[in-house]
Amino acid sequence: MTLKNKVAIVGADETDEIGIVPDMTPIMMHAQAARNALRDAGIDKSEVDGVFTCGIGGMASTQLSEYLGIIPKYTDSTMTGGSSFVIHVEHAAAAIAAGLCSVALITHGETGHSGRFRRGPRGMGGFFDSSMPAAQFEVPFGVGGAPSAYSMCAARHMHQYGTTSEHLAEIAVATRKWAQLNPRAFMREPLSIDDVLASRWVAYPFHIYDCCLVTDAGGAVVVVGADRAREMKKKPVWVLGSGEASTHQSILGMPDITQTPARYSGKAAFEMAGVTHKDIDVVEVYDSFTYTALVTIEELGFCAKGEAGPFLSNQRSAPGGDFPLNTNGGGLSYTHPGMYGMFILIEAVRQLRNECGERQVKDAKLALVNATGGMLSATGTLILGVD
Amino acid sequence: MAMEMQKPVPYPSPETQPFWDGCKRHELTLPYCPRCEAFFFYPRQFCPACFSWEIEWRQCSGKGRLHTFAIQFRAQMPGFTPPYVTAVVQLDEGPRMMTNLIGIDPMPENIHCDMPVEVAWEDVNDEITLPMFKPVG
Repeated sequence: MTLKNKVAIVGADETDEIGIVPDMTPIMMHAQAARNALRDAGIDKSEVDGVFTCGIGGMASTQLSEYLGIIPKYTDSTMTGGSSFVIHVEHAAAAIAAGLCSVALITHGETGHSGRFRRGPRGMGGFFDSSMPAAQFEVPFGVGGAPSAYSMCAARHMHQYGTTSEHLAEIAVATRKWAQLNPRAFMREPLSIDDVLASRWVAYPFHIYDCCLVTDAGGAVVVVGADRAREMKKKPVWVLGSGEASTHQSILGMPDITQTPARYSGKAAFEMAGVTHKDIDVVEVYDSFTYTALVTIEELGFCAKGEAGPFLSNQRSAPGGDFPLNTNGGGLSYTHPGMYGMFILIEAVRQLRNECGERQVKDAKLALVNATGGMLSATGTLILGVD
Repeated sequence: MAMEMQKPVPYPSPETQPFWDGCKRHELTLPYCPRCEAFFFYPRQFCPACFSWEIEWRQCSGKGRLHTFAIQFRAQMPGFTPPYVTAVVQLDEGPRMMTNLIGIDPMPENIHCDMPVEVAWEDVNDEITLPMFKPVG
């Protein structure tokens, strides 16, 4: 059995406000995004019978179901960091295709910015759990947050393949140009390659402009089976291909520091969809750092291994270029609340529905979505299309 | 010393204790799989390649190459004063381990992937010694 064309995304939306939203908690954002996505789909909350989420405790989907007043037939708290919500789409497709549920709600909400100022205790992630490997073999050496880990991957890539700071800066600048076309983007001031190269170091080889934003935002999507999808008021966005993979948890476990599991999830998605790289009209990938986008493009096979720097040079991925990439402005300039994958997915849906105004990619019929979670640990790939 | 104590320290678990015991003796002792004839890291009770549970502990040379690194200009953990160098060292015996590169001015022009390095022990407290690495020569 294949999941190709079995389901479609029929609702997708974000919280009313994104950016700095100090008056909302994460679970409030989940609920508001769910309301907006269900309204976008024209489906009542009472019809939701599959709940997929993470990031609000270890039993996230149970927590959300209680909060929203849903008794799901299918419940899934799969947590793979920023890629979770893209992977949830594949899980929802499988559950719907198997007849286990019919209306799947996938939600996200985080307050990466404002949560820092909230009173009261906050849970620590498993990364710092003293019984876990990274707590003994990475944390004591001052490796913790994503910048400390991704920077080491980038440094090896630069050494091994000749990738340069200019190559990375090209991505920051091209992505900013997309953000300038998006009224909801957090960072819209002009940015040049020289600006990026002159900015301060966060973790060499990353300048501050190589690093994503830290914002507040929530989003949700609604997935239904093929028959239901055809009755929807808006054009259904079909799941043509999907794949997921993880290769490690912390970077000490990476089979190869210059690779990511996108090579596996991407291959699976292309095989299922039966399309080639040249068929893809718009590409939306995770840009926690400029390097994340760069390495993902080559791991997905859009160019040879190690060639993504030159491949994306000369503003090829900017508006007007022949490789439209991260068209909302990305995690670098649009929004990045912590687990950004949901917003990659929503932007792909909006592009395929022709809802993107100034930043609309002309005649976008086929989109590739790839989200990365953890320390380049787990990725989900979707190939989405419209009739 | 008060600052040093605020850094996160490892809490050895039953399967990692021999590694940390070795560090305390200033010996880099890693798990070894006789079936694969290979060292592996981080320590487990079994070989992650062949899933054999018959493993040994063997001493390594403490020499290797700087597989990759980053210069942390923001403290990622309490107790660290930036800039400091986080590093992945590829041991001559094969496995890679996370460490800090010390004994060098932490600036990009001084540090290169694949430069030869050797272990340099940092006694943190009575229980824990951390394996740092420094450039050879």
